[in-house]
Amino acid sequence: MVATAQSANARDLWECLEDVPDPELPSISIVALGIVRTVERREDGSWAVVITPTYSGCPAMGAIAEDITTAVDAAVSAPCTVEVQLSPPWTTDWIREDARQEMQRNGIVPPALRAAGRLVPIRAKQALECPRCGSRSTERVSRFGATACKSLHRCLECLEPFEHFKAI
Amino acid sequence: MTSPLDLDQVYFLGDNGLILSQQLGAWCGRSPDLEEDIALANTALDLLGQAKLWLGYAAERRGGGSTANDLAFKRTSKDFRHALLVEQPNGDYGHTLVRQFLFDAWHHPYLDLLQASRDQRAAAIAAKAVKEAAYHLERSQSLVERLGAGTDESHGYMQRALNALWPFLAELTEETERDGEAAASGAVPDPSQVRARVEVVLEAALKRGGLTVPTVTATITQRGRRGQHGQAFEALLREMQFLPRSYPEATW
Repeated sequence: MVATAQSANARDLWECLEDVPDPELPSISIVALGIVRTVERREDGSWAVVITPTYSGCPAMGAIAEDITTAVDAAVSAPCTVEVQLSPPWTTDWIREDARQEMQRNGIVPPALRAAGRLVPIRAKQALECPRCGSRSTERVSRFGATACKSLHRCLECLEPFEHFKAI
Repeated sequence: MTSPLDLDQVYFLGDNGLILSQQLGAWCGRSPDLEEDIALANTALDLLGQAKLWLGYAAERRGGGSTANDLAFKRTSKDFRHALLVEQPNGDYGHTLVRQFLFDAWHHPYLDLLQASRDQRAAAIAAKAVKEAAYHLERSQSLVERLGAGTDESHGYMQRALNALWPFLAELTEETERDGEAAASGAVPDPSQVRARVEVVLEAALKRGGLTVPTVTATITQRGRRGQHGQAFEALLREMQFLPRSYPEATW
């Protein structure tokens, strides 16, 4: 169904945003990552999309905002502004289950849910499960990976490296 | 917002992040190993992002259409409010690491307590940044402990850096006249509470790393926060601001 600028509703918008990939994790949408907070139609027919950054210094925010305006224009032919909201701060708990499974398929261990809103305690030694062979005999190689949101690990059984999306 | 942060305090928080980020960026491609190279650059990125949030807030408070970029690139040395600790030169890797640890040991508890600020914007930025600061502290602390308790050589690097940088810690933890007022209004955390938590972190790390608390005869207090900075900072600023000053109309 192609929605027109007049008939488009919030559900159409959410649907079109499902197709906007995260620039760092192209197989996962910004909606599934929990970056899109609210979608609202203004009286003049334009749309306001509110997003929240994963990390303060996330360099992809500008690109994400552009992708959103392009996608909204293509889907419902309506102007759209993107606002950035800080509070409440993004947490990995907002990452949807299907996105977690997608990470796992891509060799990235998804973040554990944070217990009752607390940060994973400093020095917590999580025995991560290798996403390839399932072994728990793994070690952390580096606290930071290709992006700030991931750390680097290696499996001591199958010897393959893998990434972990850190729980924040 | 019932009790806004003092504008100088917003600058203080933003400038700490901005200057430390600039310093850490200089290690990119030059770190002792690849993992540290990535870690230092990522820490720098987090701090830069936080600085952008603080300076964006400061710019709004100032009004007149200025932006976070204007504040980063168009102010002169005396307008910066960061603590002198963060402008201390990188030195060797051990020096950079200990500087980071002392900063993180203050930054994490400070942000954690600032989440309860009655300045809602400050509380929101703190809630965002504290998660990153927790990770920074976990990294710098465990490395200082491991190197402190490592070989004689690594221990020497840690202790020498600690001796050199310890006097700068007081500027972060000591109470100023204004702090008392601001804390009473609920804008900033109670300085004695911050200090108590910083001391717990430092004590644990120094003990595990077999490091000695330096004897300090004179501490440096409130100089950076009054805009009095050292020679090295002038050079840092020249490099950081070179492009926008030389080419004011430059765009990406």
